[in-house]
Amino acid sequence: MATSSVSKGCFVFKPNFKKRKISVPVEDYFNKGKNESEDSKLRFETYQLIWQQMKSETEQLQEELNKNLFNSLIEFLQQSYSGFHKNSRDWGCQIKLREIPTAALILGVNVTDHDLTFRSLTEALQNNVTPYVVSLQAKDCPDMKHFLQKLVSKLMNCCVDEESKEESIQVTQKKTFCSMDSLSSWYMSVTQKTDPKLPRKKRTSSSQWQSPPVVLILKDLESFTTKVLQDFIIISSQHLHEFPLILIFGIATSPIIIHRLLPHAVSSLLCIELFQSLSCKEHLTTVLDKLLLTTQFPFKLSEKVLQILTNIFLYHDFSIQNFIKGLQLSLLEHFYSQPLSVLCCNLSEAKRRINFLSENQCENIRRLPSFRRHVEKQASEKQVALLTNERFLKIRELYCTCLEKNIWDSEEYASALQLLRMLAKDELMTILQKCFKVFKSSSEKQLGSTAKRIEEFLAQFQSLDEAKEEEDTSGLQSKGLQKTDLYHLQKSLLEMKELRRTSKKQTRFEALREKVVNFIDSLVREYLLPPETQPLHEVMYFSAAHTLRAHLNAAPRIALHTALNNPYYYLKNEALKSEEGCIPNVAPDICIAYKLHLECSRLINLVDWSEAFATVVTAAEKMDANSITSEERNEIIHARFIRAVSELELLGFIKPTKQKTDHVARLTWGGC
Amino acid sequence: MMSKLELKEDKMLEVQFVGDDDVLNHILDREGGAKLKKERAQLLVNTKKIIKKPEYDLEEDDQEVLKDQNYVEVLGQDIQESLKNGSAADGGNKVYSFQNRKHSEKMAKLASELAKTPRKNVSVNLKNDPEIMINIPQCSKGHSASDKVQVKNNDKSEFLSTAPSGIRKRLIVPRSHSDSESEYSASNSEDDEGVAQEYEEDTNEVILSQKIPSQNRVVSAPVCKGTPSKKMKRDKTSDLVEEYFEAHSSSKVLTSDRTLQKLKRAKLDQQTLRNLLSKVSPSFSAELKQLNQQYEQLFHKWMLQLRLGFNIVLFGLGSKRDLLERFRTTVLQDSIHVVINGFFPGISVKSILNSITEEVLDHMGTFRSVLDQLDWIVNKFKEDSSLELFLLIHNLDSQMLRGDKSQQIIGQLSSLRNIYLIASIDHLNAPLMWDHAKQSLYNWLWYETTTYSPYTEETSYENSLLVKQSGSLPLSSLTHVLRSLTPNARGIFRLLIKYQLDNQDNPSYIGLSFQDFYQQCREAFLVNSDLTLRAQLTEFRDHKLIRTKKVRLLLQIICQEYLISCLVKDKYAFESTLGNK
Repeated sequence: MATSSVSKGCFVFKPNFKKRKISVPVEDYFNKGKNESEDSKLRFETYQLIWQQMKSETEQLQEELNKNLFNSLIEFLQQSYSGFHKNSRDWGCQIKLREIPTAALILGVNVTDHDLTFRSLTEALQNNVTPYVVSLQAKDCPDMKHFLQKLVSKLMNCCVDEESKEESIQVTQKKTFCSMDSLSSWYMSVTQKTDPKLPRKKRTSSSQWQSPPVVLILKDLESFTTKVLQDFIIISSQHLHEFPLILIFGIATSPIIIHRLLPHAVSSLLCIELFQSLSCKEHLTTVLDKLLLTTQFPFKLSEKVLQILTNIFLYHDFSIQNFIKGLQLSLLEHFYSQPLSVLCCNLSEAKRRINFLSENQCENIRRLPSFRRHVEKQASEKQVALLTNERFLKIRELYCTCLEKNIWDSEEYASALQLLRMLAKDELMTILQKCFKVFKSSSEKQLGSTAKRIEEFLAQFQSLDEAKEEEDTSGLQSKGLQKTDLYHLQKSLLEMKELRRTSKKQTRFEALREKVVNFIDSLVREYLLPPETQPLHEVMYFSAAHTLRAHLNAAPRIALHTALNNPYYYLKNEALKSEEGCIPNVAPDICIAYKLHLECSRLINLVDWSEAFATVVTAAEKMDANSITSEERNEIIHARFIRAVSELELLGFIKPTKQKTDHVARLTWGGC
Repeated sequence: MMSKLELKEDKMLEVQFVGDDDVLNHILDREGGAKLKKERAQLLVNTKKIIKKPEYDLEEDDQEVLKDQNYVEVLGQDIQESLKNGSAADGGNKVYSFQNRKHSEKMAKLASELAKTPRKNVSVNLKNDPEIMINIPQCSKGHSASDKVQVKNNDKSEFLSTAPSGIRKRLIVPRSHSDSESEYSASNSEDDEGVAQEYEEDTNEVILSQKIPSQNRVVSAPVCKGTPSKKMKRDKTSDLVEEYFEAHSSSKVLTSDRTLQKLKRAKLDQQTLRNLLSKVSPSFSAELKQLNQQYEQLFHKWMLQLRLGFNIVLFGLGSKRDLLERFRTTVLQDSIHVVINGFFPGISVKSILNSITEEVLDHMGTFRSVLDQLDWIVNKFKEDSSLELFLLIHNLDSQMLRGDKSQQIIGQLSSLRNIYLIASIDHLNAPLMWDHAKQSLYNWLWYETTTYSPYTEETSYENSLLVKQSGSLPLSSLTHVLRSLTPNARGIFRLLIKYQLDNQDNPSYIGLSFQDFYQQCREAFLVNSDLTLRAQLTEFRDHKLIRTKKVRLLLQIICQEYLISCLVKDKYAFESTLGNK
C-alpha cells in the first residue's frame, strides 16, 4: 500500500489479527542491535531492574521533599475551613466569611515538574481534606462558560466514581446549563445525600466534616485571562456561604502576579497565604545525592556526562523530569552499547556473574583501553599473566568494584581543600567528627587506619582547646580574627602586619590545622582518584557524553547549516573537500543555491539567482559534448534550480513575496 | 593503502597548518589585532578538525573531550561559542558569526557578480556565459593549489633554509599589500554595482571593471584569506542585533528589476519538472547510500527506545520520507501503525484523530469536538494496555500541523504509554513550536539524519515557488460541485464567469452588482425571482465559489479569483467544466 496520495494524508495499516497477536517483546530489540553478544538478555534485565529502582527512588524522594509543603498546605486548608463552620457571630468571622481562602503556591519556573506535584497534591488532599478536589488549566477555560462547565463536570466526576454509570452520562448531558446557582444547589444535594453514607466510606478523615469544602486548583495562574478570574472570584465569593470554596493558585513566577492579574477590589475578596515549594536546585542536589553519590546504584556517570546533564538543567529548563530522562537515557545507552555492563550490578551479584564470564567477555575486558593502560604499567612478566590468566583478571575486576566506593567528588577537591584551610577550629572539628563517622561506618579494612588517625587528631584538638582557653584570656586580637570566617579577608588587607604578629605566635592550632589538612590531602589523593584512571572504570561509568547531548540537546539549525555549508562533513567525498567558507561547484544543488542566497540582502531576484546558479552548475558539469542539446541542458538546469528553491522554501530560508515581481524574501539574516 | 596515503597527506597538512598559523601570526601582529589572532587561529583549528576527523578514531575521542570542555565552560556565557560546539558543529562554527560573512565566500560572490554583469542582453550573453564561467572552477582550484604551493614554500623557508623570521615577514609584507589592493578594488566594484543597478544601461563598462578585479583575485587568491581579518576589525562592533537592523532598516532594497517573463523558460508545471529532473543523474550516490545504511542500523535502537517511552524526532537536511518508509517496512510490518503525511495540504489534527478512532479503533460514532475525541482516544488506550499504536508523521512541522493546538493534541497522544511516535522535522525554526510543557509531553530523543535526498514528495503539492499552478485540484473540485447543480444553476454560474472574464483586464472591476446579475439571469430565463437567485448565490458562497461584498450599498458578486485564473490558464478545463450545457 502506498503512502502518498493526492486525496488523503493519513494511512492506517492494520496487520491481520493472527500476526498482531505475537507482539515482539522489548528485549528483542535490545538484542537485535548491532552489538550482539551473549548476555544481552541479562544486560537488559539489569537495566530494567536498576531503572525501576531509580525511578521508585526518585518518586519517593519527590514525595518526601513535598511532604513539608503539603503538610502546611493541608493545615492551612483545615484551618480556613473550620472558619466556615464556627458559625459565630463574631464580626471578624463574618468578614472572613466573605473572603475565599486562597493558597498561592510558588513552584518555580520548571513548569514540566509541576504536573507531578499537582498530582500528588491532589491525592494528598483527597486523602486528608476533601473528596472534592478539582484542578483546572488555563487552556480549558477561555471564558466563564467553559470555566464553569469544566468545573462542574470535573467536580461531578469526583464524587461519581463509586456511583452508577448512568449518572455520569447524565452529567455529560447536564453540561449545557451550569451556573453558580446550580452548582451550589448540586453541592447541597450531594452533601446531604452522602451524609448518611459517609461512615461506610473509606475516607474516615473527611467524615469529620458534614460538608467538606471544594478545593479548586488553578494550575497555571499566569495564563488565565484576567476577566475570567475576576468574574469567577466575585461570583463565588457571593456564594461562599452555601458553596465552601478554597482556591489554590499554582504560580511559576512570583506572587506579584496575583496583584497584576486582579485589581484590589477583587483581590480583597481573597484571603491569600503564600507557600513556597522547594527550590529545584535543592531538589536536584538531593536527587544527585540519592541516585549517584551512593553505593546503592552501581551505575555512575562520568564527569562530562554529569556536567552535560546539569548544564541542561541549569541553563535550559530547571526540570528535574528532564534530568531524570537524561539519566534514563544514559543508563539505557550504557547497557546497550557496553557489553561489559553486565557486571554493572551490586557487588555480590557482580561476583557471581564474574564467575560465569565467558571467553568472549574476558576478551572484551582485555580490549578496554583502561585495562590496557593498567597492564602497561605493570612489569612485563605480570603483563603476560594478566593477559592470559582469566582467574587473575577476575580478581582485578573485584578490586575495581571495591574502589568504586570512594571515588566521587574528586572534581571539587581543590576548592574544598582551600576552604578547609580557612576553616575555623570548631568547624573543622565537626567536620572531622563527621569524617570519622563516615569512615567508621564504611568499615573497610583499608580505611580502618585512617579512622584511627582522625581520632588522634580529634584528641589533639581537644587538648588544644584547653590550651586555647588560656590564650584567649590574654586577649590577643589577632587570634580572634583568625577564628572568624573573615580571616581570609583580613589577611589580604593586613598582609604584612598580620604576618609579623602571627609569625611569633604561630599557635599550636595553626600547626595542627596544617597537619590535618595535609593528612586529608594525602588521604584524598590516595583514595579519591578520578575514576578514569581506575582500571575497568568502563563497566560502571557511562561516558559517551557526546551521544547524550546529541539526543537530548540537539541543534537542528546547526545540522542544517553544516549540511548546506560543508557537505563534505556528511558525504565523505574528496571532490567536496574545500576551504572553509567556499563550496565546490560539484556540491549538491541545494548547497549551491543556499550559498548564493547568502550573498543577498532581504530580497532576492529569482532571475539573478537562477543565472548565478546556472553559472556555477554548468561550470561543474563535464559535458558529453553532443549527447544533449544546450537548450535541453539549460532546461534541466532550470528544473534543478526550481527544485533547490522549493526545497529552501520548505526549509524556511525564503518565502514568496509580493513586494516585487519575481522576488523572494530571505527569512534569515547574517551568516545563517 | 588508501588509509596510508591519507595519513601521509594528513601529515603534510599538519605541517601546512603550522606554517599557515605562523604566517597569520605575523600578519596579524603587524595589524595589531591580538584578539583577532586568537579567533582566526581557532577557525583554522576547526578546519583542521574537519579534515582530520575521518581518519583517526582515537583522536576523535580527544577532540570530543576538547569540544565537551568548551561546551561546558562556555555554555551560557557566549552564545556564539556554545553554538559552535553543538552537535555536528565543526563546520557550523560560522552559523552566527558575521565577521567574514559576505566577503570571504569568494566563490559565491564571484558567481553572483558574474551573474549580475550580463544585465541587458541576456539572451545574447547566454552563449558567452560559459566562457566567463570557466573562471570559477579555475579560481577555486587555482586558489587551493596555489595556496598549497605557497604554504610549501613557507615550510621550506621554515625547515630547510632556516631563514630568520624577518625574511619571512618581508615575504609577507608585499603579499598583504597586494591583497589589500585587490580587496579595495573589489569593494570598488561593489560600489559600482550599486550605482549600476540604477543605471542599467551602461553595463559594458561595469563588465569590464568587474572582470579585472576578479581576475586579479585569481592571482592573489591565496592571500585573500587574510582579508577577512581586516573586515573583521571593521565589523567587529556589528553584532547580531545590528546585523538584523542592517538587513531590515532600509525600506528600499536594491535588486535588479529583471523578471522571469523575459526569460523564455519561466515556470514549469509539476509534470515537466519531474520529467526533466528524472534525467539528472544523482551525484554522490555511493556516499548517500552509506549515510542511509548508517541510519538503517539504528532501526532496532529506535524501536527499543520507542518501546521504553521515548519518542523519536528526526532532523537534518534532506527528505526523511524514504528512511521512515524503510523503517516502516522493516520493523513495523506486524504492528498497527498510521502514516501521516504532514506535507499533505489537507491534513488536519481532526483527520488524524478520525483515522485513529474510525480505522484503528473501529469506532463509528461522532464527537462533539476534537478535544472530546482526544479524551475518548486517551481513555481507550489507557483502558486497554494491550493496544499499541505507532504513529509515523512526516513533516510534523508542516503548515497544517505546526499550530499550537495541533501540537498540543499530538503531544498528548504521544505521551500515552502505548502510542509510539516517530516524526521528522525540516523547517529551520521547527523546534520553536514546542515550549517546555509540550517538550515534556513529547519526550523527544533527537536523531540527526541528514540524507540530502530531494524533497520530491513534500514539495509536489503545487504550493511551491516557480512551479506553475496547474490548478488541477481546484478545478476538479469545481467540476464536482457543478455536476451536482441543476442546469439553471450552472447557467447562472457561467454567466458570472463570463462576465468576469470579460472584465479581466479592467483594473477597476469590483464585481457584478446583484441587480445587474438578476437582470441578466432573467433575460436568459434562468431565474424567475430574485429570491431564487439569492438562494442560488448562497449555495455558491457556501461552496466558496464566489464571495460578496457591499460597495456603496450595492451587493457585488465576485467569483473567486483563483478559479478564474485556473480557468484562464487551462483552456481545456474551461471547455469541459463550463462549455457543455
